[in-house]
Amino acid sequence: MKKYKCSICGYVYDPANGDENANISPGTSFEDLPDDWVCPICGATKDQFEVTED
Amino acid sequence: MKSVEIKKDIYWVGAIDWDVRDFHGYSTYKGTTYNAYLILDDKITLIDTVKKEFKSELIHRIREIIPLEKIDYIVVNHVEMDHSGSLPEIIELVKPEKIFCSDMGKKALLAHFHREDWPYQVVKSNDTISLGKRSIKFIETRMLHWPDSMFSYVPEEALLFSNDAFGEHLASTERFDDELSIGELIRHAAKYYANIILLYSRLVKKQLENLEKLNLKIDMIAPDHGVVWRSHVKEILEAYHNWCNNKTEEKALVVYDTMWHSTEMMAKAICDGIEKEGVNVKVFNLEVNHHSDIMTEVLDARAIVLGSPTLNNGLLPTMAGFLNYMKGLKPGTKIGAAFGSYGWSGEAVKIMTQYMKDMKFNILEPGIRFQYVPTHAQLKECVEFGKRIGKAIKEGI
Repeated sequence: MKKYKCSICGYVYDPANGDENANISPGTSFEDLPDDWVCPICGATKDQFEVTED
Repeated sequence: MKSVEIKKDIYWVGAIDWDVRDFHGYSTYKGTTYNAYLILDDKITLIDTVKKEFKSELIHRIREIIPLEKIDYIVVNHVEMDHSGSLPEIIELVKPEKIFCSDMGKKALLAHFHREDWPYQVVKSNDTISLGKRSIKFIETRMLHWPDSMFSYVPEEALLFSNDAFGEHLASTERFDDELSIGELIRHAAKYYANIILLYSRLVKKQLENLEKLNLKIDMIAPDHGVVWRSHVKEILEAYHNWCNNKTEEKALVVYDTMWHSTEMMAKAICDGIEKEGVNVKVFNLEVNHHSDIMTEVLDARAIVLGSPTLNNGLLPTMAGFLNYMKGLKPGTKIGAAFGSYGWSGEAVKIMTQYMKDMKFNILEPGIRFQYVPTHAQLKECVEFGKRIGKAIKEGI
């Protein structure tokens, strides 16, 4: 599963970790995140994320 | 209006704002400074500028040293208007060869001033430019506290220009940390952290680790507000380390508002109980305390005890405002508890508890609420409630 990077603050969403604070369990792909999920650091919306190799 | 030499041929040329009392919701009782710095080298470099209204102060201080036109480079560490507001006029006068900023900095400058024709030079972390005898290494610090933020480090001087990080809102003619009381400075720096930086603590932690990894020698930190750190660099770095790791003290805050003194009576009884356990406790009535001052206390408190009566099936507006503010700043985990008097429906305790759950606080037990005016026995229950909070504080979060 691909990692995605926030183009605003640089946060990387790693499917292996999920996002505990938003109740997203590990193993959830970026595509499967709910549409209203936002960057846990800066609040940017999903469309501001880009695929990353980081 | 004198400029101040902070290192040989490096000057503070900023402005002192003695009058500002409100910084979009942050009470600045002691004013602030907007710091800009001038480096004299083969390439004369200006680091940041000042709020628009203070551009004459900046120009005056630079002219005391050199004619403005001699400046070659401008570095924009942070685009927020209190540091970039006078940039258009300064660029007009200076006609700089280059303006250094981060990628997000360029985007933000374009979105603020709409000038495609400025000579931007985008830099990334670890890019280095030579000024002649000295150089500047850039370190991007995204979201500390804007996407554009970056540090500029001068290795030859062991000097870090840190934009808003490590700063404090404090107007003074003294420019150095050792010219004022260190206790007072750390308190102001704590207020700055609690109200501006706190929500990015995760990134602060990473950045502090990054600085350590880069193994930079830092014997001076020059932020964009307040004093230049030269004698207490270790202390301010240590303070940031504690704050970003949510290091708490055996301390509780009772924050409340009241309609007819009933919730106030409960607040004081709870305070009594906490005190009986030998734990430090502070009481803040939202009617008379500014939310930004309470946030400073939240920073190292282990427990937050919130009290509001129920008004219109909800919270008093002061408590709703405070909770909205605190939630946005994402404080670390605390022990949370709620209380309040009510007339008939009594939703306030539940709403405050939900807010604290959303902030990942550990809710000790269901809050307590009493109808109308508490009896003597009910106040005794409040004291017991306070004692249990005090005990929990001593056990840790």
